[in-house]
Amino acid sequence: MLSDKDRIFRNLYGMHDWRLAGARSRGAWDGTKTILEKGTDWIINEVKASGLRGRGGAGFPTGLKWSFMPKQSDDRPHYLVVNADESEPGTCKDREIMRHDPHLLVEGSLIAGFAMRANTAYIYVRGEFVRERERLEAAVQEAYEARLIGKDNVHGFPFDLYVHHGAGAYICGEETALLESLEGKKGQPRLKPPFPANVGLYGCPTTVNNVESIAVVPDIVRRGAAWFAGIGRPNNTGTKLFCISGHVQRPCNVEEAMGIPLRELLDRHAGGVRGGWDNLLAVIPGGSSMPLIPAQQCDRLLMDFDGCREFKSALGTAAVIVMDKSTDIIAAMARISYFYKHESCGQCTPCREGMGWMWRVLTRMAEGRAHKREIDMLMEVTTQIEGHTICAFGDGAAWPVQGLIRHFRNEIERRIDAYTANPHQEAEQIAAE
Amino acid sequence: MNRLIVDGKEIEVPAEYTLLQACEAAGAEIPRFCFHDRLSIAGNCRMCLVELKGSPKPIASCAWAVRDCRPGPKGEPPEVSTRTPMVRKAREGVMEFLLINHPLDCPICDQGGECDLQDQAMAYGIDASRYRENKRAVEDKYIGALVKTVMNRCIHCTRCVRFMTEVAGVPELGAIGRGEDMEITTYLEQAMTSELQGNVVDLCPVGALTSKPYAFAARPWELNKTESIDVMDALGCAIRIDTRGREVMRILPRINDEVNEEWISDKTRHVVDGLRTQRLDQPYIRVEGRLRPASWQEVFDAVAAKIARLRPDRIGAIVGELAAAEEIFALKDLLARLGVTNLDCREDGSALDPAWGRASYLFNAGIAGIEKADALLLVGSNPRREAAVLNARIRKRWRAGNFPIGVIGERADLTYRYEHLGTGPQALADIASGRHAFSATLKRAAHPLVVLGTGALARPDGAAIASLAAQLVTGLPAAAEPGRRAQAGTATACCTRRHRASPHSTWDSHPALAALRRRPWLRRARSTPSFSLGRTRSRSERAPSSSMSAPMVIAAPCAQTSSCPEPPIQRNRRFTSIPRADRK
Repeated sequence: MLSDKDRIFRNLYGMHDWRLAGARSRGAWDGTKTILEKGTDWIINEVKASGLRGRGGAGFPTGLKWSFMPKQSDDRPHYLVVNADESEPGTCKDREIMRHDPHLLVEGSLIAGFAMRANTAYIYVRGEFVRERERLEAAVQEAYEARLIGKDNVHGFPFDLYVHHGAGAYICGEETALLESLEGKKGQPRLKPPFPANVGLYGCPTTVNNVESIAVVPDIVRRGAAWFAGIGRPNNTGTKLFCISGHVQRPCNVEEAMGIPLRELLDRHAGGVRGGWDNLLAVIPGGSSMPLIPAQQCDRLLMDFDGCREFKSALGTAAVIVMDKSTDIIAAMARISYFYKHESCGQCTPCREGMGWMWRVLTRMAEGRAHKREIDMLMEVTTQIEGHTICAFGDGAAWPVQGLIRHFRNEIERRIDAYTANPHQEAEQIAAE
Repeated sequence: MNRLIVDGKEIEVPAEYTLLQACEAAGAEIPRFCFHDRLSIAGNCRMCLVELKGSPKPIASCAWAVRDCRPGPKGEPPEVSTRTPMVRKAREGVMEFLLINHPLDCPICDQGGECDLQDQAMAYGIDASRYRENKRAVEDKYIGALVKTVMNRCIHCTRCVRFMTEVAGVPELGAIGRGEDMEITTYLEQAMTSELQGNVVDLCPVGALTSKPYAFAARPWELNKTESIDVMDALGCAIRIDTRGREVMRILPRINDEVNEEWISDKTRHVVDGLRTQRLDQPYIRVEGRLRPASWQEVFDAVAAKIARLRPDRIGAIVGELAAAEEIFALKDLLARLGVTNLDCREDGSALDPAWGRASYLFNAGIAGIEKADALLLVGSNPRREAAVLNARIRKRWRAGNFPIGVIGERADLTYRYEHLGTGPQALADIASGRHAFSATLKRAAHPLVVLGTGALARPDGAAIASLAAQLVTGLPAAAEPGRRAQAGTATACCTRRHRASPHSTWDSHPALAALRRRPWLRRARSTPSFSLGRTRSRSERAPSSSMSAPMVIAAPCAQTSSCPEPPIQRNRRFTSIPRADRK
């Protein structure tokens, strides 16, 4: 249980002023100049020491990522790009940061930009986030007016921050597709290598970070790496925003320590699973692209990167989707498959062709209108997609289907048997909300 | 050079090689759809996956450079496997994905028999489909009169999009939609305007883009393939003529890095129509101003009778731009036996003069030499219209960066940015005298290139322009240093203004005849030795283009010679030309 004094997002629920004055009263922009004066290496080492891992899904150590930026300038400008294209189904943490604590993000951008010698930063905001963008733009404007950022600011480090509005494509949350989109091109992931730290935005060294990763940086450097590293488990340190949705009493966003047991997280903050813990069917721990974890494993599930990995899933964005026993789990996965089919950029073959295939087979399976041998075939299709694509989208779309087959194969077979026994029955009425 | 182990065989390749190139250097065959040597790397078909030791996933060999491979823990070279079960399974998976939405309508597909998908499905396909859903249906697009589309067959390799954007320089093709709804189109279904658009048919690895005029005409295995050289412009592109029986069915490019890489213009490709219809297939005799069909015997008799009455110095011959070297040589042979020396090939009235030396009409730099140039001045030439493939080469050099281009003449869209310096000889004079800012650019360049086109040479003051250009080039510092040779070349002799679409125009209206009538030596017969044209050597015999000749301004006298460095002209003949004064 995270104590109140350790919270980074002190206005997560928007109960206080989000403007500069309010943010300052909560400690933002306090002594930023002295932090910058400690130098770039100090900041990067501090972030490294804090053990902060990227909050966008992959969990790559943030300090290490920053240190990949070239030390010697070759006349190319450096760029920081903040990924606010939060589109993963179930995830709604960056939205709250932009709504209620935008100055954490603005200040974090300055510090991160300074650490990687980037005088320009872009925040790529998801297309659907209209009000969030307006608020973020207002916060950026306030920071400019208070000369906290800008060409000639009080911190003595010229820094420009631009808010860019996307057009609402999920794939633009992939870092290289985001850069393409930011450059005005079609949002399709680039081939790697070269990695963005070498050839990124406009061919210049670029680091792309998630909103939450950047927004926690000011507190880390202000309160010290040891404080942040002291929360959670080793290798899974700090606090994390959990987005709890689905079949719980009170769906919510909450900041908690990493490594909190799932059951404690749900019981304490979300009022528990609808109908009690025993009514739990499965949980998707990290947004729709992560494999689900069935109820019998959820007792022992610790909500951090390694804890989820233990159950062949991943923490992802920490968007906990809770499904109770009223859920038609096959239909739910078919719906997720439809999402990925709709959002595939279409650039590379396995993803473009495989997504529609998976969705169509799953849709039939949800009705039971399939053969049992198709379950294995579907599994093979997912492995033909996984790892064969340009970006991680293909993996993220294959994993939920793999999770379904791994844990609910008997459910699929039961459905197929029921359909085969009586193919003209009235459709079973099942709530899938 | 980096060391690399491919399938257990250690090789040494340049660091900038991709793994695909490295594997091929080691003799391993890598299937591919989207990768093409002359286009940017898309890496999207995922067919070329290979296994790299240390990488958990198979990697796309077309997009992975040798320098990106990490050596092993003990410093051993990176190891690539192309035949492991993992690679095979990955490729079979990709092939299955490609085929699930492919209509498999090979029996009615024009690509059948020369289809990459067909060939590679033989190697990596499975015998039956596991896909039980409905296949995707995609509406066919209208993209012009030359390219037919069957978009169901498209595998989204984007070769066509990349070709149009990068090589043709006309970004008219693109993909709309995303995921499995992605479609290749000209956006508003407008016709493509590029003069190189036919090449997308060759590039398309499946039957999505096929040649419209050639639709359902023949199967590739029925065709006899004859290698040849194109005569439709002065470039002399390497082509392959596919014939069935006595009929020419189509013309395809051959690879020749010195000339056309592997592109040909639409004029070259679609000239076959002209061979098929409305041919001038029988001789005519003009009687009292009207043409009368005649037999060959009658015509030969008439010609012989006419020639017998004339002194050889009253006879002349003009060779048109579309005549092949063999025909020209035969004509010259005939006239030599008649004692006639009045031969000319400058039917457009070009100011070129053999007295200026061969270098004055050759493309001295060589076409591949354009890529070495670092500044370009185009005088009186629109290469996009006159020699589209040459223009693609200039664009290729321009895309590589640091290539200032100046144009004197028509202000046209050449698909690359240039500085328009003027429209008349005055601009050239300014540059030659150093008054113009562009002359500094040319002086700075180590390999400046000046292209003098027919637009300048065919003017009444063509000789003066040529002389100005010669002054300009010889005045460049690059010309003075043997190591830094100024290059100069002419664009083309055959430009659109004088372009005749096909070789079937009736001789009555042929401009060559009109030019013949204008020729002064027809009116004032004088004994003028003329220059002759030799047979064009085949491309394989070409001298290497690296031997750049001395800086001279040049122009091409006819289609056949401009890109041919050394026609075997009889060297013991004395070459003189028609006196300039008589051409007024």
